Amino acid sequence: MVRPPSSSVISMSGNMPARITARIDQQPHVKLSTGVLQQGTDLFNYITGLDLAQFNRLSGGFRFLSGGPFQHPGDVMVDQFYAHQHNVHAGDTISLLNRPWRVSGIYQPGMLTRVVVPLDTLQDLTANTGKVSMVYVKLDDPSKTDQVVASLRAAFKDYRIYSMEEFTSLYSVSNIPMLQGFLWVVIGLGVVVGFLTILSSMYTAVLERTREIGVLKALGASPGYILNILLREAALLAIAGSLLGILLSYLTRFVIQNLVPASLIQAIVPRWWPIAGAIALAGALLGALGPGLKAARQDAIEALAYD
Amino acid sequence: MTSELAQSQPIISVRGLTKIYHAGEVDVHALRGVDLDVQPGEFVSIVGPSGSGKSTLFHILGGLTHPTSGTIRIAGRDLFGMSDAERTELRKTTVGFVFQKYNLLPTLTARGNIEIARDIAHRNGPLPPQFLDILKLLGIESRLDHKPRALSGGEQQRVAIARAIVNQPAILLADEPTGNLDTENSNAVLALLRDLNHRLGQTILMITHNPEAASYGHRVVRMRDGHIE
Repeated sequence: MVRPPSSSVISMSGNMPARITARIDQQPHVKLSTGVLQQGTDLFNYITGLDLAQFNRLSGGFRFLSGGPFQHPGDVMVDQFYAHQHNVHAGDTISLLNRPWRVSGIYQPGMLTRVVVPLDTLQDLTANTGKVSMVYVKLDDPSKTDQVVASLRAAFKDYRIYSMEEFTSLYSVSNIPMLQGFLWVVIGLGVVVGFLTILSSMYTAVLERTREIGVLKALGASPGYILNILLREAALLAIAGSLLGILLSYLTRFVIQNLVPASLIQAIVPRWWPIAGAIALAGALLGALGPGLKAARQDAIEALAYD
Repeated sequence: MTSELAQSQPIISVRGLTKIYHAGEVDVHALRGVDLDVQPGEFVSIVGPSGSGKSTLFHILGGLTHPTSGTIRIAGRDLFGMSDAERTELRKTTVGFVFQKYNLLPTLTARGNIEIARDIAHRNGPLPPQFLDILKLLGIESRLDHKPRALSGGEQQRVAIARAIVNQPAILLADEPTGNLDTENSNAVLALLRDLNHRLGQTILMITHNPEAASYGHRVVRMRDGHIE
């Protein structure tokens, strides 16, 4: 894969002359290359413009579930996930980049893009005539990938050239500047907000039961007995809440997969379950302990008078 | 009151009891030197206008709050010579409370409300068979598995009475037990208290505004301005 000198892993920005493919094709062990143009439509989605004949030779072709390849400049092909999420069928008209497109076909996912339009059309629409943002290169011998990557890097200085394996490996948190730090901040905020929410909820719940605690005191319950009840209840709520949260994460993943399948995938990380459970437990116990201790120690008459 | 009761040692003996509440910079004299003796098995009605100190006396007798001065002996023991733990033990074993607002725990059934009093007194397990007779007497044996919100006011108060006597306390303190009830339920609850007093020999102190309710007791004590008249 060849990308322009100014490109980055997470950005589709930057482009290069489409004629670069002619020079790439002359390199040893290069069987075929084809340029594509990618244009973002929102934060996570983009349209790919490609030369269908060349791309088919390189990839083995699209497998259509309904309809077929585009026939006209205003045609678009979408994958199954996109069609399901947007309730699109072959022959429908959809709006992209502020213009209508006729859906010529719906293809099986796995073609590195969800929405495909003719390369020329996209180049004209985005004022990128004669330019592409990425070139896919097919080799005559895949075992020579490293060797070809090295020779391409030597021939095309400043261009970003990766094997497919290398490119996909770049999509990790450690390879995207500041992403790891950003994630830790988000996780930290989640932990603090979750802890404080549970703590304040438990605090309020126990405070509202001051009168009931007064009743227990009138019945002869010791402060230890009252605290024992409150803390056991808080622990039970925290454990039940954590289990419910885990079940809900499966539910939200199911909903996302079925309602917006062409979007981000929700990961479920079991190694976070005990951590989340510990946060909930600590928040609940600390939240219950403060007002519980106060109510258990206070005069029973004051507790009974609480409204 | 019978002569037999009059000859016993008092189960409650109060001397020179005062209580001052501090409301901001104002001192409120709720009790101004109360003397009172109550014999074992006696049913005493305490009447008086609002602010006369009835409830304060009731709370101090139950060990729920401290007096400013004076002495109280409950079953021969100096109540305020006791530690907090000993007073807690006293509430657990010797004194039962019935409140005007019932004060049942809303998340527990009637049975749960009664059983938690037993649990606090470390008496685990199901209610004893002889107590089931008392539940029949109270007329709540078929309502035990209902939450308080599903019970009428009269039923809730009878559950509260069952909770108060389940650990067989020597003294039952009832603060306006009919204050939230209609006439029919009031009469039923008062008759039950008198019946329990006869059957179990429990000493009962009942605060009331209602002269008719007060007449259910052996003796009526009148309070005004923190004194016993």
